Amino acid sequence: MRKSIIVGALLLAGCNSHQSALAPFGLEARSTLTMTTVLVIGAVVIALGVALVFVLAVRAPEGRLDHAGGMRMVLWLGAIVPTVVLTALLVWALPAMRPLPDAVQNLRVHVEGEQFWWRVRYKPQGQPPLISANEVRIPVGRTVVFELTATDVIHSFWIPGLAGKMDMIPGRTNRLVVKADKAGTYRGICAEFCGLSHALMAFDVIAMEPAAFDAWLAASREPPMRTEGRGAALFEASGCNACHSLNGGEGIGPDLTRFGERRTLGAGILPPTVANTAAFIRDPHKSKPGARMPAYAAMPEADALAIARWLKEHGR
Amino acid sequence: MMGERRKWHERLKVTLWTLIVPPTVWAGHFLFSYLWAAISCAKDGRFAKFPMLFTVGTVIALGLIVLSGWVAWKQQRTVGDPPPHEQGTEVDRLRFLAKSTLLLAGLSFVSVLFSALPVVFIGDCR
Repeated sequence: MRKSIIVGALLLAGCNSHQSALAPFGLEARSTLTMTTVLVIGAVVIALGVALVFVLAVRAPEGRLDHAGGMRMVLWLGAIVPTVVLTALLVWALPAMRPLPDAVQNLRVHVEGEQFWWRVRYKPQGQPPLISANEVRIPVGRTVVFELTATDVIHSFWIPGLAGKMDMIPGRTNRLVVKADKAGTYRGICAEFCGLSHALMAFDVIAMEPAAFDAWLAASREPPMRTEGRGAALFEASGCNACHSLNGGEGIGPDLTRFGERRTLGAGILPPTVANTAAFIRDPHKSKPGARMPAYAAMPEADALAIARWLKEHGR
Repeated sequence: MMGERRKWHERLKVTLWTLIVPPTVWAGHFLFSYLWAAISCAKDGRFAKFPMLFTVGTVIALGLIVLSGWVAWKQQRTVGDPPPHEQGTEVDRLRFLAKSTLLLAGLSFVSVLFSALPVVFIGDCR
């Protein structure tokens, strides 16, 4: 009983709708789910069929099947039927492996994997790029092309509910063409071991209605309103701005321009509360071992809280 | 003419060398498919619209496999030695090699088809 509860709980923990290939919100993941369902049901049916044949074979009186009949059965059930079934599955599955068609006017989103976060660059046709980090927004119903690369080691970009995974390789750009068909908030992860915090390298995926997406893209181009104050002064005095851009520029670390909008802190690992943000500033390695950001252990907690509050309030 | 052809396949005894013909053709076709796709993608930058060379290569591979399968089919019907089966004989050896070649030809035929199908259905360099 206790064991079954533990096993049941473990299995149920896999049930979610934000990071699961079984909860698709895109074309490719949807056809993968259909195929998985057919394959699982087919495998169970075949296994039951084989079990049934075993039972019949054991119960049948001796001499029921002669040698030639047995050989014929092996030929048909062992060679011909499996070959036909596998050929049919191959012919059915191959078209799903064909990448979605791409066109020049499609929105391109350049994502770079870095230890252990994601640099995101939206490149809408005919407009300057928009820089962001650790969050990917895509319009529903439109084809989006992810241009994937990495700066340090090999990472892998995987949004289970949207499409299959694609490697991010330094010095190479891989293209993943996707089309979301259901708006919502989802999650993507790094699927290739990339260092100490590999398992803590995730990002939020927000699939938006096309009009909402366009409005968000336009609004994001406006520089966020910022007040001067203690947080701002500390951010500069502590050297945070050496790595983190606040005006949509390229920095060494993740862009923090719209930090207040983000749903998570530290690339998909913590709720972005003021307390968590302050704790992350003082000791990023506690929640993110191996992160490149230095620890600000000497910074008084009140200062870290002031920076965190300022980032959250004014990064909207 | 017919008589000559029958003589030909009877004269050609299956050996360990003819046994490896079907899998070798499969390996060759496999390598050819990959090289052809890689070269046409790298040199042209796109998948060949009408892959004539590929079709011809596949047909040749399938033809060679069917041919060796046919020879093996004919030879595996050689009548076996009467009992007692106390030791291996030339006829046993022939029958065994012919049967193995036939089975390998079946496997290789399906394998060549399977490795040719992606070209028909995917046709994309990505």
